[in-house]
Amino acid sequence: MTARPHPVPVLAVLAALAALTFLVLLPLAALFAEVLDQGIGRALAAFNDPESRAAIRLTALVAAISVPVNTIGGLAAAWCIARFHFAGRGMLLTFIELPLSVSPVISGLVWVLLFGAQGWFAPVLERLGVQVIFATPGLVLATLFVTFPFVVRQLVPLMVAQGREEEEAALTLGAGGWRMFWHVTLPNVRWALLQGVLLLNARAMGEFGAVSVVSGRIRGQTLTMPLQIEALYNDFQAPAAFAMAGLLALLALVTLGARAMLEWQTRRAVDAQVTPA
Amino acid sequence: MKGSFVRPNPLPGFGPAFGLTLTWVSLIVLIPLAALVVRPWSLGIAGVLASLGSPRVLAALELSFGASLGAAAINVPLGLLVAWVLVRGRFPGRQLADALVDLPFALPTAVAGIALTTLYAPNGWIGRLFAPFGVELAYAVPGIMVALVFAGLPYVVRTVQPVLMDLPADVEEAAATLGARPPQILVRVVLPAILPALLTGFAMAFARAVGEYGSVIFIAGNMPGLTEIAPLLIVIRLEQFDYSGAAVLALAMLALSFTMLAAVNLVQQLLARRGG
Repeated sequence: MTARPHPVPVLAVLAALAALTFLVLLPLAALFAEVLDQGIGRALAAFNDPESRAAIRLTALVAAISVPVNTIGGLAAAWCIARFHFAGRGMLLTFIELPLSVSPVISGLVWVLLFGAQGWFAPVLERLGVQVIFATPGLVLATLFVTFPFVVRQLVPLMVAQGREEEEAALTLGAGGWRMFWHVTLPNVRWALLQGVLLLNARAMGEFGAVSVVSGRIRGQTLTMPLQIEALYNDFQAPAAFAMAGLLALLALVTLGARAMLEWQTRRAVDAQVTPA
Repeated sequence: MKGSFVRPNPLPGFGPAFGLTLTWVSLIVLIPLAALVVRPWSLGIAGVLASLGSPRVLAALELSFGASLGAAAINVPLGLLVAWVLVRGRFPGRQLADALVDLPFALPTAVAGIALTTLYAPNGWIGRLFAPFGVELAYAVPGIMVALVFAGLPYVVRTVQPVLMDLPADVEEAAATLGARPPQILVRVVLPAILPALLTGFAMAFARAVGEYGSVIFIAGNMPGLTEIAPLLIVIRLEQFDYSGAAVLALAMLALSFTMLAAVNLVQQLLARRGG
């Protein structure tokens, strides 16, 4: 790279850093200051509360279901979209990405319209004695909707860039479909896939709007961690709310750090393929 | 299983993978959204219009779309500045600053909400500086704007940054050699090249802001008619078991957002045609 004609003025750098400080750094610092102000001991004690423990367990359960379902679905979709040309391919991709441009509140609302007390399937559910809305299944469905596109978005651009020569070579050499998938396809996309799974997990654990609509806010039963933060905050139990928020903020920071490392790995993998050493 | 609509290809597994994908998309996205599109009309056309015409709904829609347009308009110069400094600047801590940009993506909205409220409330580090002058940031429209700018910033930075990186330095050098001054270079050379990316970033930040719920409700104050955003009104209607009323408002929001996005798309196509 050649030297740039105009170095960035110091004033511009300072203005940009000030913007990032006021918008991103200071809010984060204020949050952790609130946690530290009450003392680590007291903050940790907040997690002994049975309701907070139930919220953590529920969040883990919702993520444990949503992550594998949307990862497997995402892999299947990426295989179709990146490796085959078929009628309606663009439309399929549009449908998959639709949840990204829908408000979280609407992502919860659609499930209430299907399974709520006056929903389409209300009579069926009542006959079966199954409750979806204001119960765990509703929380899972809302989370599935919101995190639907994450894996596909990571995989499709990479798989298109890599092309299908290596997979065709594996087949020519006599590998079966599954063998090709485990030994060629999956290793080639592993870092990008892991990145998608990380983002999917972070969103599944942190989602607020969509789950708040279907939760019904029953304490100790249908409150995930973000909903528990709101409940505590509105209940004037701010210290406990900040403790829980601090934990989720740490999850976000760890996710970002891991993602940065994976991005670096992906770039290295692509570079290695484009220019074989 | 393989339909004739797929181009011949030696790779296996299209049939099962396509079947799985279609089932997955239909169950999780298409059927639920169909319910949203159909539901409002149970009120009849007159009912839909009456529901949309109520002053509280109009105020909420005006606030949501107005504040989101404003926030996206702030995000464009702000995001361009940050992207430019990150691409061209050489200063210690640049990579850390770059990583900070993604935080609004990764931070759960409820966490962002209480963090921003803590900072901008009258007793917060920043709110305290404004409170003596009677300026309210949190629990008023400025607080809503702060939350929306926070949520939208990474969209503009991350769409502009790669384009700025690919912009060859020699074009700017040539312009400088031919006697163009920095402002002229910016307006005549750099801006036309990044305009499509800026527009995309604007549209994405706007779409995110319109739907934003978690971070806003903590900082907004939520006074009906004043600081009540449209997504909150949807939640309130659901809590009153007014499913159709909630669906009407949700469908109106989606229709308005998609119209906006389609308009931005159109402008981009016109730009591309003029440029090409």
